[in-house]
Amino acid sequence: MPEQEAAEQHGVPEREIGDFLHRRREQIAQRWADETFFRSVFTVSREEAVDAGRTLVDALAQVAASGRVTDPEAAGFSQVREQLVRMCAARSRAGLTPSEVSRDVAALRPPVVDLLVAELRDAPEQRLRERSNLLTVLMGTLRVVVMEAALSENQALIDRQRMQLMEMATPVIKLWDGIVAVPLIGTLDSARSQVVMETLLESVVEQQAHFAILDITGVPTVDSLVAQHLMKTVAAARLMGAECVVSGIRPAIAQTIVHLGLDLGSVVTRASLADALAYALRKLGADIVPPSSHGAGER
Amino acid sequence: MTGGFPQHAAGHVPVLRLGDVLLVTLQGDLHDSAAEQLQQDIGEAIAAHRSRGVVIDVSGVEIVDSFLGRVLAEIAAKAELLAAQTVVAGMRPAVAITMVELGLTLPGLRTALTAEEAVRGFGGTDPVLRTARTRLGSP
Repeated sequence: MPEQEAAEQHGVPEREIGDFLHRRREQIAQRWADETFFRSVFTVSREEAVDAGRTLVDALAQVAASGRVTDPEAAGFSQVREQLVRMCAARSRAGLTPSEVSRDVAALRPPVVDLLVAELRDAPEQRLRERSNLLTVLMGTLRVVVMEAALSENQALIDRQRMQLMEMATPVIKLWDGIVAVPLIGTLDSARSQVVMETLLESVVEQQAHFAILDITGVPTVDSLVAQHLMKTVAAARLMGAECVVSGIRPAIAQTIVHLGLDLGSVVTRASLADALAYALRKLGADIVPPSSHGAGER
Repeated sequence: MTGGFPQHAAGHVPVLRLGDVLLVTLQGDLHDSAAEQLQQDIGEAIAAHRSRGVVIDVSGVEIVDSFLGRVLAEIAAKAELLAAQTVVAGMRPAVAITMVELGLTLPGLRTALTAEEAVRGFGGTDPVLRTARTRLGSP
């Protein structure tokens, strides 16, 4: 008989946790406000931190009441997700890694469990263990939600920066009538070199350029992939009726290319952009002469 | 009934004679039969007019496949045997990229930015040199 009575008294454990959180809302929020996760984000006033804590407790209570303590997609979390993203953003701006943020969130658990233990001091040990396990699971789920928020924030940042990189990757410069140049800077991957190739070929049409100079002074390393992209660009430019010159190959890179056994035989190469420009001008029929032979009177 | 005007199927590509250069303008799709007919026409025209060059204007071609690449290479090889030089002119960037991706870099084939330039190139020594001289009056 006492067992049955106990079962009735307990009701659904999840709902009981929800009730507990609801009842102790104020106390929990006050304690959380002193934890690093809240204190370091809401630096202006403590009241603000307590307020954020209350919202979070409410969300957890709702999740517990709905019985989906292991589900990070539970309806209750969606209300606080935005707030968590904001808090994570503040933490990562302060230079914290996601795992450090996760540790901060883990620190929110002990105060709540302490309160639960204090409340169930006189209850049977099995019941206490069951409840505190459930609460731990719930806090673990919260940790997953926070991690997700932190990672999505980081991903958004990476996407933004990738876009910026693409935008500034490929300025095509007109050096002379019929000569265009692209100074390549940074590591070339296939997405970037595709953009480079497209913009260069577009400008060949636009400027009616006979020569296109690919300057790789700013490219730190050349591997077989980069070399392949260069060859492709050169071949495509040739098909359109323009000649491609690759310039800015530093001695170290030349060494690497030879060691890799890459054949750039069909590509015109020059040591510097100036040399490439001189080559193109000469091919166009212009000659660069020092001012002395030009006649002093003209200048 | 037709006499000097042979009947041509749809998609026929005309071969125009400009002095001692032949001009061929490709537009849109080139079907197998049309391509074969074109190769034959070009061969006959070179032999008949003793042309020095063939200019193939591909500025109207927006989609390319390996077939077109092979046709261009074959025309060039055939013209070469008849002592005429083939120049492909006005290839679009997207087409050039596709050709390279397909591995059709057409080595040994001459190219030019526009048909005008390609035709002009046969009047002198080198298309690039000639056009450049006329252009370089001002920087």
